[in-house]
Amino acid sequence: MTPRLTELWVYLSASPLLGLTLTLVAYQAAFWLYKRAGYHPLANPVMLAIMMVATVLALSGMDYGAYFDGAQFVHFLLGPATVALAIPLYAQWPRLKAMAGPLMIALAVGSLTAALSAYGIGALLGASQPSLMSLAPKSVTMPIAMAVAEPLGGLPALAAALVMLTGVLGAVCAPYLYRWLRIDDYAVRGFAIGLASHGIGTARAFQVSEQAGAFAALAMGLNGLLTALSLPWIMPWLERLLGR
Amino acid sequence: MIAALTLLLVFQLAGEVIARGLGLPVPGPVIGMALLFLALLLRGGPGENLRQSAGKLLQHLSLLFIPGGTGIVLYGDLIAAEWLPLAAALVGSTFLAIVVTALVLDALIKRRKAGGSAQP
Repeated sequence: MTPRLTELWVYLSASPLLGLTLTLVAYQAAFWLYKRAGYHPLANPVMLAIMMVATVLALSGMDYGAYFDGAQFVHFLLGPATVALAIPLYAQWPRLKAMAGPLMIALAVGSLTAALSAYGIGALLGASQPSLMSLAPKSVTMPIAMAVAEPLGGLPALAAALVMLTGVLGAVCAPYLYRWLRIDDYAVRGFAIGLASHGIGTARAFQVSEQAGAFAALAMGLNGLLTALSLPWIMPWLERLLGR
Repeated sequence: MIAALTLLLVFQLAGEVIARGLGLPVPGPVIGMALLFLALLLRGGPGENLRQSAGKLLQHLSLLFIPGGTGIVLYGDLIAAEWLPLAAALVGSTFLAIVVTALVLDALIKRRKAGGSAQP
């Protein structure tokens, strides 16, 4: 690079403008592709945009910390967006109330399935102890998963990465699973995707239907709560039972 | 838009204060969501302004996961070290969680419907 270009790059990579703009441009491009693909689950915009940003970071040599300095303004909106989930939830309140019993049973069964199957498959294939404890809470929203993994002996950073991958995986695969199982009820579809893949699954559910989104948001919140309360004593108990 | 954002932030702040103050294991925004939900129940629903602004924000929920999600670039080595058990556990348990939750809920709802229609 010429000295002037180098100077420009030094300035831009230290300013929040670049990370913020990169995030929004990647999202616009990813959403355009998603729309062009007819909202096909394989063209998931979260996955595509992350791949684009990661590619730009790798090619430009910009480190993630510098990128996040700008992108954090978008990241911050996750808080108010989570609070805003109360509004679609309220819109579905009559149906939620009517389905309370089945929802609680599905929550308990689904939450245990998510944690125990992740632990079981990982253990069978020889994953290390810190990896197993990072896998167990991977279906819940990132801050809860990190907080649950750490005291169990997991790695919060690995838990965060596994949470993200689970979210994308669920958002991409759930529509195929529902077609295969012949599940048409948007309430059921939303609840299962929100339980298994938290906010990224909930984002996909809102793109399909408002009702699916509301049930996904409910499942995400409830599974976060249940996991935070139950895993800290289920996992040590399970370990003792297995004599590990 | 600004009024709605202010309201959401106030509820988030209240949630954060309660979560940290009481040492709850749940993040502040999730408590904030529960508080706003209760407020909506008491008030009988959101105003038009809040409803529209929340709709716009949630429509672009995907966008908000990009900065944190890109953090995966930092953990490539951790994942690569045990990629096979991690990949199998992720795929297997995500599929199982979705399938089991959906089947259980679907069966319970259908059974309740069938039971309800049997009554006069």
